[in-house]
Amino acid sequence: MGIFILRRLGLMLLTALCLTFIVFWLTNLYPNLEKLAKTQGNFRMSDEAVTSYLENRGYLQPTPVKFGQWLGVMPGWVTEAEDGTVTGRCFSSTTPTEDRPRFCGVLQGDWGFSTVFKENVGATVLTRLALTGKLMLCVLALMVPCALIVGVLAGMREGSRLDRSLSTFSIATTATPEYVSGVIFIALLASSRFGISPWLAEMGWIDGKTLFLGSATSAMKDATFWNFFLPVLTISLYGMGYIARMTRASMTEVMTAQYIRTARLKGVKFRDIVLKHALRNALIAPFTVIMLQIPWLLNGVVIVETLFNYKGFGWLLVQAAANNDIELLLAVSVVSVIVVLATQLISDIGYVFLNPRIRIT
Amino acid sequence: MEALTWTGSMAWLNPVLGVAVIVALCAYLLQIALSFIPNAEMRSVGSGSVSTADQGLSGLLGRIGAYGFLAALALLLVYVLAGVVMGPGAGIFGGLSRQLLPVWIALVMLFAVSITYKRRLGLYGKLFDSTVGMIGFGLVMFWVFAGVFGGVFDMLITHDSLSQVSGMKNKLPGTPLARAEPEDYQWFLLGGDNLARDVFSRLIKGSWVVVQIAPMATLFAFMVGITLGLPAGYYGGKLDVFLSFLANLILAFPVILLFYLLVTPEIVRTGIPNYMALVLFIFPLVFLAVLLNSRFYTQPSLRTPLLIVALGIAGWLYLSLVSTGGAIVDAPTYRMPGLPASLDLFDIDPGVLVVFVSVVFVNAPTVFRIVRGLALDIKTRDYVAAAQTRGEGPWYIMLWEILPNARGPLIVDFCLRIGYTTILLGTLGFFGLGLESESPDWGTTINAGRRLLALYPHAAIAPAVALLSLVLGLNLLADGLREESLRD
Repeated sequence: MGIFILRRLGLMLLTALCLTFIVFWLTNLYPNLEKLAKTQGNFRMSDEAVTSYLENRGYLQPTPVKFGQWLGVMPGWVTEAEDGTVTGRCFSSTTPTEDRPRFCGVLQGDWGFSTVFKENVGATVLTRLALTGKLMLCVLALMVPCALIVGVLAGMREGSRLDRSLSTFSIATTATPEYVSGVIFIALLASSRFGISPWLAEMGWIDGKTLFLGSATSAMKDATFWNFFLPVLTISLYGMGYIARMTRASMTEVMTAQYIRTARLKGVKFRDIVLKHALRNALIAPFTVIMLQIPWLLNGVVIVETLFNYKGFGWLLVQAAANNDIELLLAVSVVSVIVVLATQLISDIGYVFLNPRIRIT
Repeated sequence: MEALTWTGSMAWLNPVLGVAVIVALCAYLLQIALSFIPNAEMRSVGSGSVSTADQGLSGLLGRIGAYGFLAALALLLVYVLAGVVMGPGAGIFGGLSRQLLPVWIALVMLFAVSITYKRRLGLYGKLFDSTVGMIGFGLVMFWVFAGVFGGVFDMLITHDSLSQVSGMKNKLPGTPLARAEPEDYQWFLLGGDNLARDVFSRLIKGSWVVVQIAPMATLFAFMVGITLGLPAGYYGGKLDVFLSFLANLILAFPVILLFYLLVTPEIVRTGIPNYMALVLFIFPLVFLAVLLNSRFYTQPSLRTPLLIVALGIAGWLYLSLVSTGGAIVDAPTYRMPGLPASLDLFDIDPGVLVVFVSVVFVNAPTVFRIVRGLALDIKTRDYVAAAQTRGEGPWYIMLWEILPNARGPLIVDFCLRIGYTTILLGTLGFFGLGLESESPDWGTTINAGRRLLALYPHAAIAPAVALLSLVLGLNLLADGLREESLRD
């Protein structure tokens, strides 16, 4: 088991290195750098000005060298201007000479400086991650129980009316991407002119103008049911259908097993059969699915945070990518790659613990 | 000219429809609630958990529900037929249904022919035994026909999808056209968007973009996935490790980050999407060549001319696909010559090409994993061992023994994956990537409409519902196919 985890961790590291290098290479292509120089300097820069801007900031070194500097395994660039001021990757011209480090990169704990937010990347990513963490926690708290209940109810009597209604519901949710359900929810529940809000307001059943708020910006400070429920619901719905279908498949399989038939022949109540005999075995497979679903939630998070204007990690990704903020983008991709690979690892390990028949060699 | 209401002169039917829907819903809900109360008549029969539900109170409720549901369906059909006869006289629905008349005719003909000959049509015919499959197929074909008739023949649309009509900005559905000439269509059936264009016409035009790109991109992704997945599963070993690592690498990328990195004007200028197209689009060619060669290599007199003709045509299409204006890559700093413009069959808009390439790139690893898993499973079967004993080559076994036997899951996944590709295309449009901003495709339209969502939702709701129905149709179709292919 220990060797398995070590091997997986090694593979994770390799994957993360390869991926960050690809991101690094793509963001450091010359047209991207040119755009960066023009947005940071000014838009009417001549080609020579762009070249000298990039040259002075070390952008025109070979890509592997730059990647090494970002990682912290190669000394950072140092440029001496004509007037004698020295700037470098790891220090500004005002830093005293003896305090100037040679290496500064991820390994030294320095994630770089964001050109869009004019802040340290590490701090920016952490604050945004905390906001998204809040969102994800709410999503998981809503999605997982609902999905499991729907799946178990549908799977306990295969082919019944309940099963068919819930299965149709699950298919419908998997067919509704976040940007569709979000748009429909806002129009139906959060518009002061359309949907059910004007009607409810007229009847005096709601205090404000709308049932829910169509923007989650205020939920960043304090989240209430009113301003936070729609984004949470939008993300949960898309992921829910898939987990529910997997739970249903696993539940129907368990319900046809021999030991369930034995229990039934013994005269155990249907409720006890479902709750005591079937449920435990039926929930092994959905665990893996739930873990593997988390990276997919990341996609939903990006869409929903853009749609509802919630300035979390997904919103950060869009900002970094749209402005070619190289170091921020690298940090964002490192975080998301770690999320993907860590959930895969956890799902594998968890599966072994839950299902004693599986052995890792 | 007055504004249209939703149902116009058919409004007297609305309460009837409402009653039918409520009856069906109540009956079904009651029946479900009853199923939780154990009673002596509700015995389980058979080895599965099939209940005897056609007796007693529960059965009665089921029948009432079914009648209500059928009545609601029949009423909807009445609306459509009335619309076809009366046109906009029957409100917005009437107008829509009149405009969509060619689609209705095509759908009815397709279903009539298919149901008549369903016993001779193999898996496709079996689809018409399952209600879910038929509903899904109907939804999908509705959009396919709408795309073909509206996008290619300009038949269904009421106004030009790009022209802006002054005075129609953000107008509600059914608003009469401002300063209409007599020969114009008199209404904006689904309203105007924030640039005063007709939402309905853009919806139909957009369906063509989706119906064109999504299946093609999925097909290419399948070609790539199959060509790489079969040897990975069949040979195993180092090749498998290497290819699986690559696939996992791409899968570990957040899709949206990948799109942002690949589908920006700066990256397009470097020519990277063209190189990716060059590599990804060669796979169908390789697939075709290996497929034919492995089958006919024992008969060189047939094999050689066949390969020359097939590869010649496919190669020509391939070169037309990857080269635009006589060049494969036309970056500002350098140029890579391709097929001369005079021989070029069709040009693909660079924006569409980059969207196409990135969607194929994202989908291929998943297909690879599925095919690899299937190949791993099937290569242990007896008929593969028999073929090996006969002395068949590895590629013959992969393509003519393993692949046909893996077709069931692959066809089902193909349908699901078209739906997923549609969602991806919508995501790209939603972030304003790839296609130009006036493109009528659904994702871009939703993106344009979402800024004024709380005030004028109709411009975003129409494409959202369209996308939802198409993807739902594909999912139901896949479900129906799975059910029917499991049956035998």
